[in-house]
Amino acid sequence: MTTQAVSASSSSATRTGARRRTLTTVLWHVGTLILLAIVLYPLVWLFGASLRPSHDIVGNIGLFPTSPEFGNYQRALEGIAGVPVSRFFLNSLLLAVGSVIGTVISSALAAYAFARIRFTGRGVLFALMISTLLLPFHVLIIPQYIVFQRVGLVDTYVPLLLGKFLATEAFFVFLMVQFMRGLPRDLDEAAKIDGCGHARIFWHVILPLARPAIITTSIFAFIWSWNDFLGPLLYLQTPDNYTLPRALQLYIDQTSASDYGAMIAMSMLALVPVILFFLAFQRFLVEGVSTSGLKG
Amino acid sequence: MATPTVVREAVETTASPPPVKPRKRGRNRRDQIAGYLFLTPWILGFVLLTVGPMAASLYLSFTNYNLFTSPQWVGFDNYVQLLSDPRYHQSVKVTLHYVLVSVPVKLVVALGVALLLNNSRRGQGFYRSAFYAPSLLGASVSVAIVWRALFSDDAIVDRALRLVGLNIGGWIGNPDYALWLLILLAVWQFGAPMVIFLAGLKQVPQELHEAAAVDGAGRWRRFISITLPMLSPVIFFNLLLETINAFQVFTSAFVVSSGATGGAGGPAGSTLVYTIYLYQRGFQDLRMGYASAMAWMLLLVVGLVTVLMFRLARFWVFYGGDDDR
Repeated sequence: MTTQAVSASSSSATRTGARRRTLTTVLWHVGTLILLAIVLYPLVWLFGASLRPSHDIVGNIGLFPTSPEFGNYQRALEGIAGVPVSRFFLNSLLLAVGSVIGTVISSALAAYAFARIRFTGRGVLFALMISTLLLPFHVLIIPQYIVFQRVGLVDTYVPLLLGKFLATEAFFVFLMVQFMRGLPRDLDEAAKIDGCGHARIFWHVILPLARPAIITTSIFAFIWSWNDFLGPLLYLQTPDNYTLPRALQLYIDQTSASDYGAMIAMSMLALVPVILFFLAFQRFLVEGVSTSGLKG
Repeated sequence: MATPTVVREAVETTASPPPVKPRKRGRNRRDQIAGYLFLTPWILGFVLLTVGPMAASLYLSFTNYNLFTSPQWVGFDNYVQLLSDPRYHQSVKVTLHYVLVSVPVKLVVALGVALLLNNSRRGQGFYRSAFYAPSLLGASVSVAIVWRALFSDDAIVDRALRLVGLNIGGWIGNPDYALWLLILLAVWQFGAPMVIFLAGLKQVPQELHEAAAVDGAGRWRRFISITLPMLSPVIFFNLLLETINAFQVFTSAFVVSSGATGGAGGPAGSTLVYTIYLYQRGFQDLRMGYASAMAWMLLLVVGLVTVLMFRLARFWVFYGGDDDR
């Protein structure tokens, strides 16, 4: 009898406990969603605003217009300064794809050397590589510009791409070093016994295994190039060569004369590829930021 | 943006480069050659695009140079001029204000949201990604344009604040508030440090919390005595990188303030961050020598801040659990 009573009372206790737990879970979701809504509001607002007529954008707190219009996008597609938006889009794409190719090749090569080969001076070079992570880019832009100007490469894509092919972004080299260090050593040893040199080990063993790190690097390299503003601002002069962010600046420069709605629509268009990349690869991005280094 | 091991790695490798053990001769020589062959692109980049330009800008900082006539040696003139240049002082003031406010606030928000998300409830992964999104988009011109739109006269923020009785007007044109909207934009991108905090929180041993709870320690006590010390390496890492990044802010300040009276950096110099002034001196006034002196002053300050942060880290960063490395 007594045992029954005890078990009955304890089960009702767990039931109220479970109920309280569901309640806190619900509250947690509600709270987090409210916070998320505040954080993402500007992005959603941008999307809604791009579907409103120009005069109705500033000051309209609402998210989606009741009668969406696509006029902004039509006018945005016509472009600015006599250049259609498709041109800016292709320019941005060309640079971003070039950045990805250059970054992946050069940082994978450097990372293989740092992670897998023993040679004199490796420690010092590695420390130098890491220290460039902390270097403010200001010190470099003026002399770099002077050199590119001297050799007549201003207003071409060379200044914007050269660094990518020479692994100047230490973040990516480090990301790949971390990943390659984690790959089992037996694989190289086995390949060495089979008579493979470093070139073949790199190409046939390490690169295929390093795919996750390569994907993360590619996505970040793409997005950083796509969003880059200072580089195109310094080096691109003719509107035909402009990237999307640089072209957007044209709209702002001529505030009064320009078309507000088209500017908002073009801002939205410029974000679309980044948003798509984010939705498709968010796992890789978030993991790339969090785990690669913490695993040590 | 990278990860805490970067910092530790940097300290350890600079302190004592890992010894290269001598191995079989033939293999060793082949390794030597292969090592440098694989590193060729990086070494080229390091010499041509990093060390070379650094040396060049150091030289240029002692000259007057306008791109068209040859550099003229002026000794320390540029540096002396910096000391009495009111616009320069303004840019230092604005940048310090920006760094000292945006970095701590951003990190506190990042840690707060990370603590909120650090549990085993369903949907955690979704929230983590969603909060991270602004970090990817925040550096773009598009988002800066949105910020302009939200904070201009009679726009959304203005109207919302008027509802609660605050009649400030637009922040864009107001020297007292313009910098704050840039700080808000920086804080909005708390996602990247948050993701790193979350990864750090996962490594705090659960046993410690349980043991402390048995001993009667409340939540707050456990946060202060367990979570914070265990998390201190991650906090240090985030603090270091965010500080260095904040010193280099450019795009958002440039876009938000362009078209302001007096050009980028306005209104009334209230958003004249260091990089904008450097850009104006170097690329608009073509005073490359002066801008180079500015660049080197910044390098020295950032270098000093970095060294100082590493020194101070000894007193509060706790590496207790890292012996297994």
